[in-house]
Amino acid sequence: MAPLPLALPFAALEVGQHLYWQLGNYKIHGQVFLSSWVVIGALLAVVVVGTRRLERDPRGVQNLLEFLWDYLRDIAREYIGEKAYRDWLPFIGTLFLFIFVSNWGGALIPWKLVHLPSGELGAPTADINTTIALALLVSLAYFYAGLSRKGFRYFEYYVEPTPIMLPFKIVEDFTKPLSLSFRLFGNILADELVVAVLAFLVPLVVPLPVMFLGLFTSAIQALIFATLAAYYIGEAVHEEHH
Amino acid sequence: MTSWLLLAEAGATAGSPEGGLFDLDATLPLMALQVVLLTFILNSLFFRPVGKAVEDREGYIATSRTQAKEKIAQTVRLEADLKEQLKGARLEAQKVILEAEQDSDRLYREAMAVAQADAIASRESARSKIDGQRADALSLLEADADRLADLIVDRLLPAS
Repeated sequence: MAPLPLALPFAALEVGQHLYWQLGNYKIHGQVFLSSWVVIGALLAVVVVGTRRLERDPRGVQNLLEFLWDYLRDIAREYIGEKAYRDWLPFIGTLFLFIFVSNWGGALIPWKLVHLPSGELGAPTADINTTIALALLVSLAYFYAGLSRKGFRYFEYYVEPTPIMLPFKIVEDFTKPLSLSFRLFGNILADELVVAVLAFLVPLVVPLPVMFLGLFTSAIQALIFATLAAYYIGEAVHEEHH
Repeated sequence: MTSWLLLAEAGATAGSPEGGLFDLDATLPLMALQVVLLTFILNSLFFRPVGKAVEDREGYIATSRTQAKEKIAQTVRLEADLKEQLKGARLEAQKVILEAEQDSDRLYREAMAVAQADAIASRESARSKIDGQRADALSLLEADADRLADLIVDRLLPAS
């Protein structure tokens, strides 16, 4: 296949190229960490600015933070339940904030202005490693939540309401992280690819609606991930009333 | 300048030495560690302080509401009390006004009676005085008339 006679550097697209950093015997994806540090930095900056002087009459950034806190508390409380949600609010909230800021950062920050030797910057959640890491954390979290709250009675959950459910429930433990990670990864990567392909074909105006759609799906994906994580944890700590 | 299609193909095929969409490596555990750290940092910087602020405010609002309700009840009680007092005071005032009116009426009547009596007495005395003087004058006139009559008779009838 002959190279196309196109020379539009800003519209070039790379898929599956990574900036490798060597860490002992292991390799890590540098671009993912770079962009995740930007995301974490932005999050921490907003949080530090907003909580520097907490007042009873909230002003400025404190309003935003309290709105977020309220929103996340509602998610956690609704899906985990009144009794256990306080322990898991920080985890659910961090998942939501990290994914949300990652997704929107990937769409809104002009990463392409930074040139890397290999690969390109983008949303950290468009890398399968990140999403699998998050999904496995969720798995660990709900196992830990169930075991710490109910001890070995947690495994009763596998044979309720009937022992026939056992294989399905075991399979579920594998499909949960799989679906979580691939849903997020696929959505964000697909969004970035669609925008990139459209921008490559028609650089002006035409990609804009898709970009807005991308922002929408990004927010929805963050919400879905956090909600499902809360739901799984809630399922694990739920007490059956006999 | 290779096109993005070629790059995508190169990234996706196994021919390239490394890379690809599903390239799992040490990024995964490190990212998990990073997110766990972020959870703890956000917990101490965001969730705990903001939660405390919000819950403090909720508590403050609740206590303020109960205090305000107590104050309203107190106000209602005081208002009823004051209304009662006001009613008493009004009755009292009406009574005082009535008494005062009666008093002044009585005084007026008394003064009036005294004045009338005075007036009648002075009129009577004046009338009796006038009567006396008239009688005097009449008697004087009669005496004069008699005298004149005598004189006239003497003049006209000298021969007698």
